[in-house]
Amino acid sequence: MKQTFLYNLHNMKKAILLILLFLNLIGYSQTDSSFIKRIQTDTSNMKLNMDAVYNRPFLQMGKLPVSIGGYIEANSSYFGTDGVTEGLSFQIPRMTIFISSTIKKRIKFLSEIELEEGGKEIAIEFASMDIELHPLFNLRGGVVMNPIGGFNQNHDGPKWEFISRPISSTTIIPSTWSNVGFGIFGKYGRNNLVWAYEFYATNGFDDKIIANDQNRTWLPESKKNKERFEESFNGEPLYTAKTALRHRKIGEIGFSWMGGIYNKFMDDGIELDKKRRIDLFAIDFNTTIPVIKTTINGEWVWASLDIPTTYTQQFGDKLQGGFVDIVQPIIRRKILGWENATINIAARLEYADYNVGTFRENGENISDHIYAVVPGLSFRPSPQTVIRLNYRYHWQTDLLGNPAARTAGIQFGFSTYF
Amino acid sequence: MNKKIMVSITGVFIICIMISCEKLLPPAPKDDEILDGPVEGLSSEEKIQFIAGDIAFNEEVFTAQNGLGPYFVATSCGSCHAGDGKGHPFSTLTRFGQSDSTGNSFMAYGGPQLQNRAIPGYTPEQIPAGATFSKFTPPANTGLGFLEALSDAQILANVDPFDSNGDGISGVANYVNAPAYFQSKPHHIIVAGKYIGRFGKKAAAIDLWHQTVNAYVQDMGVTSEYAPTEPGINGVMSPYGDNAPDPEVQSSTVQNLIFYLRTLKAPIQRNQDDSNVQSGKQIFSNIGCAKCHTPEWTTQQWPISALAYKTFYPYTDLLLHDMGASLDDGYTEGKALTSEWKTPPLWGLGLSKNSQGGTYFLLHDGRAQSIEQAISFHGGEAQTSNNNYQALSAGEKENLIKFLESL
Repeated sequence: MKQTFLYNLHNMKKAILLILLFLNLIGYSQTDSSFIKRIQTDTSNMKLNMDAVYNRPFLQMGKLPVSIGGYIEANSSYFGTDGVTEGLSFQIPRMTIFISSTIKKRIKFLSEIELEEGGKEIAIEFASMDIELHPLFNLRGGVVMNPIGGFNQNHDGPKWEFISRPISSTTIIPSTWSNVGFGIFGKYGRNNLVWAYEFYATNGFDDKIIANDQNRTWLPESKKNKERFEESFNGEPLYTAKTALRHRKIGEIGFSWMGGIYNKFMDDGIELDKKRRIDLFAIDFNTTIPVIKTTINGEWVWASLDIPTTYTQQFGDKLQGGFVDIVQPIIRRKILGWENATINIAARLEYADYNVGTFRENGENISDHIYAVVPGLSFRPSPQTVIRLNYRYHWQTDLLGNPAARTAGIQFGFSTYF
Repeated sequence: MNKKIMVSITGVFIICIMISCEKLLPPAPKDDEILDGPVEGLSSEEKIQFIAGDIAFNEEVFTAQNGLGPYFVATSCGSCHAGDGKGHPFSTLTRFGQSDSTGNSFMAYGGPQLQNRAIPGYTPEQIPAGATFSKFTPPANTGLGFLEALSDAQILANVDPFDSNGDGISGVANYVNAPAYFQSKPHHIIVAGKYIGRFGKKAAAIDLWHQTVNAYVQDMGVTSEYAPTEPGINGVMSPYGDNAPDPEVQSSTVQNLIFYLRTLKAPIQRNQDDSNVQSGKQIFSNIGCAKCHTPEWTTQQWPISALAYKTFYPYTDLLLHDMGASLDDGYTEGKALTSEWKTPPLWGLGLSKNSQGGTYFLLHDGRAQSIEQAISFHGGEAQTSNNNYQALSAGEKENLIKFLESL
């Protein structure tokens, strides 16, 4: 099993090297602008968070039915907690390559492969085929991003003014959270309004979410289970549904739900436990204030789990958290020779509570939460590239509500589509 | 703005940010405001082992996959001792089954410790019918190495079983059986094959090795070379294991963790120069508290040189005292009577709230939520001191509390 996995990994690495070589060729041949075309993103203001995977700047070579693209992020950081610092470090958190193709009229394929931390982890984040039947009813299958919240599907680094991903979107919603499955999606637009939905049945979580080295309910733990791309942990599908509404002049709001069974309730035909559910509900929103062009983007998520009462309250059965990003362009003009370059100031407020509730022993509140404030400055020589400087300060309180550990630091880096 | 100016401003801005990095980071709390950190004077090798032990204590989390349970109280050492401080009702454990000095008659029924939690699919232990029990709030870990370095002779020097000095206080040592892995040291005095206990609420653990191995297996259900069997439950020893191969923790990890406990610094007193604190210290002595809560000790020769020949201020005599009926739960360990409790060290008392979620949970089971309340529970040999405290003026009481909070 392990050998098969390593063999697949080896082949995967080879494939990625070929893709990188291909990308280099593209870069080299970009001098011939008639051969390589950049497919620009749709800026009609009618695209939704759930369209993000398709609304990316792709490169297309001639009349080939394949488009390719990707993005890279690199940054440096200097953080310290309560006077103790690990010093300056440099990271390449991720490089992502995506390929799309039109197989046949109304049959599309898109894949996204991510190399995290310099290749330490290679993951297929998205690899699905879409069959378009009707604007309101289409089929999608393969590795899909579960449409929970807004960030999970709209997570490309160059789109954000902040180097770190939102805490609640990566630790309560375990973005990027994708699984093998099938589903339907559709969209309806009229005048200034567009409405869309998605619904998928996929493989899902496992019981490591309440048995992990974080010592708290930790949904990202299931991402370590690579076997979820081969088989379901417990034979029960994880359902994800999202509906979103956008008004061109007001903004977008999305409501999403993801739920299923996370534990192994039966093994080899023998019942081990009752079925234990996990459910997440999220609201995401974004808008741009006219005239001053301030963008506000946020997400809030609630999670609820059925955990045996005889286990430990170290692992929370209710979680919640969210973030709000406010981005204000302050200069938009030609800067250092770049046309329409932008300088933005930005601020993120975020919160994640991993254990909402009270102790059975004395009825006092359980803490285990984190607050963060992240002011930032960004420079965009083009919409596809962002150079970012963030200062981050967060307060993390343990389960018992003892004085918070204070962490702060500076991050500087860039993210760009290529 | 031309290109040069723009580049210059950006450059200056980035340099300013880099220079100010340290200034923008949260400052370290003062050394006397936190309990963790190593004793001064460790060698480089000892510091490496201290860090390894720190990781084992504060970062290693047990799950069913790496040895938790199946029956347990907590998932990690740090769960019970946040910041190396005292515990909280959430992590308070229960011991049961022994009601006199003849031993625990419920050992075959899962005694002495109740594992009140279980991994999914398992049913936690229940206290067997007829067993008496007591709840124990986890103590702070700091300065334990100094207490371990004291010789038995030093402890026995304060023993007064027949109250020969007539002060109403008759401290005694608890004598307990040593586990198979125990290694006797020259400073130990053996009486009828038993050793003096000095750790735990009833002084039932001889040294930190003994205490740590018990905590691994009794608190977390984690087996080691020293305690290779999972705790029993409901009358059956080790009826179900977990999927982790035994031993579930390596001996090197156990030894690193013991070293960490041995070399955690002693709590540092705050506001020592405050006149109210100094007055409170005098009152503490005047009303008889210091007779059991012995302020000062000095270690002798010891393998860890940072702990040898050091004077320290734990405010304990490490002896058992009868604390009266109100603190008698009907449960005991070793040779202690059910009303006898080891004098708990008072150092770090003022920082207890920082590890107990902002509220005091004092005495052996956390029943007292203030220092005043804890004093008022003192009975038996401590009744006179309690009476003396109650007779103090409001100002004197306030100064005494200020002194205790400075520890």
